Amino acid sequence: MQMNEQAIRALCEKVLRYSTADQTEVLFMGTHGALTRFAVNHIHQNVAEENAEVNIRVVVGKKVGVASANVLDDTTLQATVEKAIAIAKLQPENPEWVSLPGPIAIPYVKTFSPATAAYTPEARAKAVDVVIRLAKERGFEAAGAFETNATYFAVANSLGVWAYEPRTESEFHAVVMADNDGSGYTQRMNVDAGTFDFEAMAREAVEKAARSQNPIIPDLGEYETVLDTYAVGEMIQNLNFMGLNAQSQREGSGPLVGKLGQQVADNRITLVNDPAHPLAERFSFDFEGVPIQKLAIIEGGVAKAVTYDSYNANLEGKQNTGNALPAPNRFGPAPLHLALSAGDSSVEEMIRKVERGIYVTRFHYTNIVHPTKAVFTGMTRDGTFLIEHGELTKPVRPLRFVQGIWDALNQVKSLGATQLLSRDYMAVAAPALHVGAWAFTGVQRQGE
Amino acid sequence: MRRRNHARFRAQGKVSVMRDILQRALAIAEQLGASYADARYMERATESIAVKNGVVDGITSGVSQGINIRVLVNDAWGFASSSIVAMPEADVIAQRAVAIAKASALSAGKPAVLSPLEKQVGKFSTPMAKDPFLVPLNEKVDLLLRADAAMRSVKGIAVTTGNIEYGRESKIFVSSEGSDVEQVLVDCGAAITAYAVDEQSGELQQRSYPNSFGRQAGATGYEIIEAMDLVGHAPKIAEEAVQLLTAKQLEPGVTTIILDGPQTAIQIHESCGHPIELDRVLGMEAGFVGKSFLTTDKLNNFTYGSEFVNIVADATTPGGLGTFGWDDEGVPAQRTNIVTNGRFTGYLMSRDTAPDLGLSSNGCVRADNWNRLPMIRMTNVSLLPGTWKLEDLIADTEDGIYLSVNRSWSIDNLRLNFQFATEVGWEIKNGKLGAMIKNPTYTGITPEFWRSCDAVCNADYWTVWGTPNCGKGEPMQTMRTGHGAAPSRFRNVRVGVSALK
Repeated sequence: MQMNEQAIRALCEKVLRYSTADQTEVLFMGTHGALTRFAVNHIHQNVAEENAEVNIRVVVGKKVGVASANVLDDTTLQATVEKAIAIAKLQPENPEWVSLPGPIAIPYVKTFSPATAAYTPEARAKAVDVVIRLAKERGFEAAGAFETNATYFAVANSLGVWAYEPRTESEFHAVVMADNDGSGYTQRMNVDAGTFDFEAMAREAVEKAARSQNPIIPDLGEYETVLDTYAVGEMIQNLNFMGLNAQSQREGSGPLVGKLGQQVADNRITLVNDPAHPLAERFSFDFEGVPIQKLAIIEGGVAKAVTYDSYNANLEGKQNTGNALPAPNRFGPAPLHLALSAGDSSVEEMIRKVERGIYVTRFHYTNIVHPTKAVFTGMTRDGTFLIEHGELTKPVRPLRFVQGIWDALNQVKSLGATQLLSRDYMAVAAPALHVGAWAFTGVQRQGE
Repeated sequence: MRRRNHARFRAQGKVSVMRDILQRALAIAEQLGASYADARYMERATESIAVKNGVVDGITSGVSQGINIRVLVNDAWGFASSSIVAMPEADVIAQRAVAIAKASALSAGKPAVLSPLEKQVGKFSTPMAKDPFLVPLNEKVDLLLRADAAMRSVKGIAVTTGNIEYGRESKIFVSSEGSDVEQVLVDCGAAITAYAVDEQSGELQQRSYPNSFGRQAGATGYEIIEAMDLVGHAPKIAEEAVQLLTAKQLEPGVTTIILDGPQTAIQIHESCGHPIELDRVLGMEAGFVGKSFLTTDKLNNFTYGSEFVNIVADATTPGGLGTFGWDDEGVPAQRTNIVTNGRFTGYLMSRDTAPDLGLSSNGCVRADNWNRLPMIRMTNVSLLPGTWKLEDLIADTEDGIYLSVNRSWSIDNLRLNFQFATEVGWEIKNGKLGAMIKNPTYTGITPEFWRSCDAVCNADYWTVWGTPNCGKGEPMQTMRTGHGAAPSRFRNVRVGVSALK
């Protein structure tokens, strides 16, 4: 359902007019999604989606109700508003409720690429074919996905908020598998799919697959470790899932509890949430229509700040940092534009400085073991190597680790000079990282 | 109640209109060269109620509906979906799906073969006693607030949460082979959690009832929640959360463990349910979550577990979250023996993967909504009951740990090396439960672990646990799966691996 800004605004204003609540907010999202998936060197799943939905939040006194629908005729919109009001009225008051946010001017960043929005299934197939061809040339097997989405996103509320922007997102990733357990990985994501160099991506995965055949099982224990960009991004994502926000802080459940103002990491560690970061430009405003602030969460190794949305800001009398998720949000305000600052080293230089250690391409299936102690576990995947005398000498089987993130970030030897935007679930811009110790506790094996 | 749901579906005047739209989409696809096509209308309605620290944290009601079509053209697949449920849109999605299939053919694999399926016609509704949508909202809010107050009555509790969530999926499936199936599936569940915090040590502990990570849920009505007695169980879990703050840390070592029902269920989900997905085995998920150690040469030829391990995939289990009438390829719900007396005997299959093994689909394909491609998903993958009473099993255990309710999970890309943490553990010494243990973890290799299973509790201790949030596929789909499980004992397990100092 192709709708322009005017039509979307008219629809949102109609919803606001239908409402008899004290305050009303409507969130509109139109989606034109497409994703091409490949495996065993061919395209096996290839899908497209057209959707448009509204999420309506109403406030009656100190009671809040939310209802959503993806049928946008007048009758359904009216019924959805009434449903939200009925939900609000049926519940006891929340004495902590204050208000929806008022309008704040939004500095719009570049979130839309016409090239991504116009990407065709044929163009995705051609890109996929580049990777499959290079994998096949070596007798390898490629699998992955190429996603090109356009969303048309708006927030309006009865206090005068109007925020609208079209957004595109493209993401390409591939696992290339050689015989005898070797595999390699590549991933890129960008607002503009035109930035992707598919040949270079294919080579990255194919070459690592070739190098990682016939892996050994190393002795388990702590190793000096070089984490490549994908692994660092997923580590930061885990920190985010543990809760870098006001709610986790207040409830004593996050990794920064009791640590604000303190040195938590090496003084070269700076973690910002920045909507204008050149790699991370994706949204200008949050799910309440509030502009996303540039926020230093860790600066020079010191824990500086956590994220807020209107509810948490009102509750604590703090500034809203523009990190609301769609209502109702049990997780807390989340930073969606995290970037770990770069350093001055190349991955090759990091490896050269290691006498005996491990190089990790990426992690797999990480999960939180203890959120306040910032401990997580997971496996390595698609290219783990033993480093001996400054060189990658032998590929190793996927390893399990159990690691405290603050422990790792306090033992930084160097940071990579180049950031890469990647995602497991949440996108993070991160450089490679060379740390003094990482605890490998298990290995993938078939069993006896 | 079964009749009432269908009556509502029809009263909306939808069924015949939808069927015409879907038939039109099939006809257009066939005109444009599709050798096979299937089309679906799906509407998913959900309501969720969350409370926290004595107040309502969020109540939401949502409806999402749309149509989709999957086509096979020149031996390649295409899929298109739209939220516009109207006759002209049938042409739009059919044309788009065919164009996408032609693009897929630019990078084609071997020709797709579908296992045979007789024309299916019929209706199915989730059997239930009490429709959760018809229970007054204030009654549901009140139940959660009373359970919340009961948890907060315990001194030392920092945060309390509770949630009730239920959904209704109304769907029609038609195919170019003449199948025409109408279903209304209802699911319902709830849980409460108490958190205790020691700010000095940064220790955070939690206890959930009946289960963590969402809730305990089933394909059933509100009766599942009424049977939980959330209020009655609230003080006990709150007390345990507080006690955990000062409980002892598990010492690393190798020991005997007894997993409770909920933890056995997630152990089945991660280390059996996922590696038996045949699409995953054949490499179709390799670019995302990985492959499987249960390669096709192992079928009927591999010792997955001990003689006490019998696992079935059963889409007919009463109340199971993975229970339905037909899957989303129109294949009837059925039961498959997955592990038989320890031997690996079956996969979860679709119509396009089963022929690789010379077999027919056993009906394991589902999509989480109208805008997603149906794919192989767990139904109810269950460990069949053994013979033990739990009291006898503990009495029979000289030295070990009893582990209860999952706290975290992680498993490798072949589903071999796993590590789980549970909310709580208790020492077992000389056949008796002893001291409480905090932050317990255990780790292992899947077949070694299941071969070390030497006891499963009997049917009195067996419950169908629901996993309402199983992620798979790209774009990601969140599916509802079920796992029947009873407490089970495993020998020589590595425990206590931790970076906690």
